[in-house]
Amino acid sequence: MSAAPYLPAGLPAPAAANDGLDTEYWEAARRHELVVQRCNACQGFQWGPEWICHQCHSFDLGWQKVSGRGTIYSWERIWHPVHPALREACPYMVVLVELPDAGNVRMVGNLLGDPMEEVVIGSAVEAVFEDHPDDGVTLVQWRRV
Amino acid sequence: MSENTISHKVAIAGIAETAYYKRGAADRSEFQLTLEAILAAAEDAGLDVRDIDGFCSYSNDRNDPPRIASALGCKDLSLSNMFWGGGGGGGSGAVANACAALVAGYSKYVVVYRGLAQGQFGRFGQGSQARTVSGGPAYTQPYGLMSPAQTFAMRVRRFMHDYTIGHEPLKAISMASYHHAQSNPRAVMHGRPLSEEDYENSRWIVEPFRLFDCCMENDGAAAVIVTTAERARDLRQKPAYVLAASQGSDYRQAATAHNAPDYGTSNFKTVAARLYAQAGIEPKDVDVCQSYENFTGGVMMSLVEHGFCAPEEVEEFMTLENFKAGTGKLPLNTSGGNLAECYMHGLELITEAVRQLRGTSTAQVQDPRISMVCSGPMVQPVSSLILSKE
Ligand SMILES: [Zn+2]
Repeated sequence: MSAAPYLPAGLPAPAAANDGLDTEYWEAARRHELVVQRCNACQGFQWGPEWICHQCHSFDLGWQKVSGRGTIYSWERIWHPVHPALREACPYMVVLVELPDAGNVRMVGNLLGDPMEEVVIGSAVEAVFEDHPDDGVTLVQWRRV
Repeated sequence: MSENTISHKVAIAGIAETAYYKRGAADRSEFQLTLEAILAAAEDAGLDVRDIDGFCSYSNDRNDPPRIASALGCKDLSLSNMFWGGGGGGGSGAVANACAALVAGYSKYVVVYRGLAQGQFGRFGQGSQARTVSGGPAYTQPYGLMSPAQTFAMRVRRFMHDYTIGHEPLKAISMASYHHAQSNPRAVMHGRPLSEEDYENSRWIVEPFRLFDCCMENDGAAAVIVTTAERARDLRQKPAYVLAASQGSDYRQAATAHNAPDYGTSNFKTVAARLYAQAGIEPKDVDVCQSYENFTGGVMMSLVEHGFCAPEEVEEFMTLENFKAGTGKLPLNTSGGNLAECYMHGLELITEAVRQLRGTSTAQVQDPRISMVCSGPMVQPVSSLILSKE
């Protein structure tokens, strides 16, 4: 199931890096799967992706599908629009989510629902896949569980 | 201390700035503003500007040394140096690079400068207008996390959560800058005092930052002349000796998508440790501090990481009274800084640190011996500087 977009159309759309570093992440998101970069040598997780494992320096990196369950590590309620597309969208909520089953890497997304609802650091969230058919991309968002 | 330290071997011998303008209000080009600041800094030092042979800047300054040296007719160009990294993290770092070049004998007179006319180029506070983004920005901008305020609020929120800190310290930091700007005629916010009510009634930009927690955007330029201690003693001004200048970044602080392992931090932990070791002093020895305010929350963490109080003591220590020149335990941002003097990317903090040692600040601390600058919290890399009368 795909959610209706949380923010209005017109923001920069994500594109895979020219060098192919994160193509698999964005393709997985379109399949409604959350993947995190994982080192095939030491099994360590890494996010954002890089061409080398920062722990063992292996260049043999792959992708691990993860559960999409996480906890809120930090949050911010944004009131001042810095982009024309956001003029009518404030306030909105951005959260930083920690993924315990992916080596506690963190991902940024919007927290779906009422932006004025209190946010508790440490509370549980899960990934929601938000399709943007016009851009051909899917964003990974978060909702309370 | 090791043999190769720069301590006591280098001094700031000249300082200057142009008039400071609101963003877009400067009536001449950014390059002209830069030249004016450099000429005035040489004049302040009592140095023929043609004798400047080294140039250091930061934050991708658009005014490159070969062009400046050619425009000014400098006799020689021995150092053309840029400190990598954005924001104001390179202010003290550019001085550090100048110190290294001087001690190494590469250069004789180095100018550290910053020219900035945001009205003529892009604004820092606006989001990207690109249709698509890739790499690190692809993980943040589509979610409306686009500006510096939004990037750093997330770190500050986590720090405030970790140590159960409320909004009072942020208010005190903001009010200290505005308070000091009221005695500084150079300050863009001179004549615009900020009351507690003004602060509390101001709109949210991004929680936990209100309007007055955020720096201005300005036009202008500033410059300082750095030379060896020996040469400085032959110039016009009383030298401000460099005790220590340190730069760097903690472990994986630039990991993308907000993945720095130590997250609720200003990124000064290793830099501050190196700084004090080089200077051979302790936090209690610092008489006055200029700490870069991109956002007040970054100042709060900078002061903690420079050892002025423990994180658990923030609310008790970080009060307006403690930050005021004259009465405070740690006079802070005594020119008005980025919030209320001018957002000259923190180079105005270095000129103010020198003024304090000369005794010419408009919010003068009584006979300070040690004057500190912390440049650019929460960016990568950051830098710090300790200046001394002796
Ligand atoms: Zn590895």
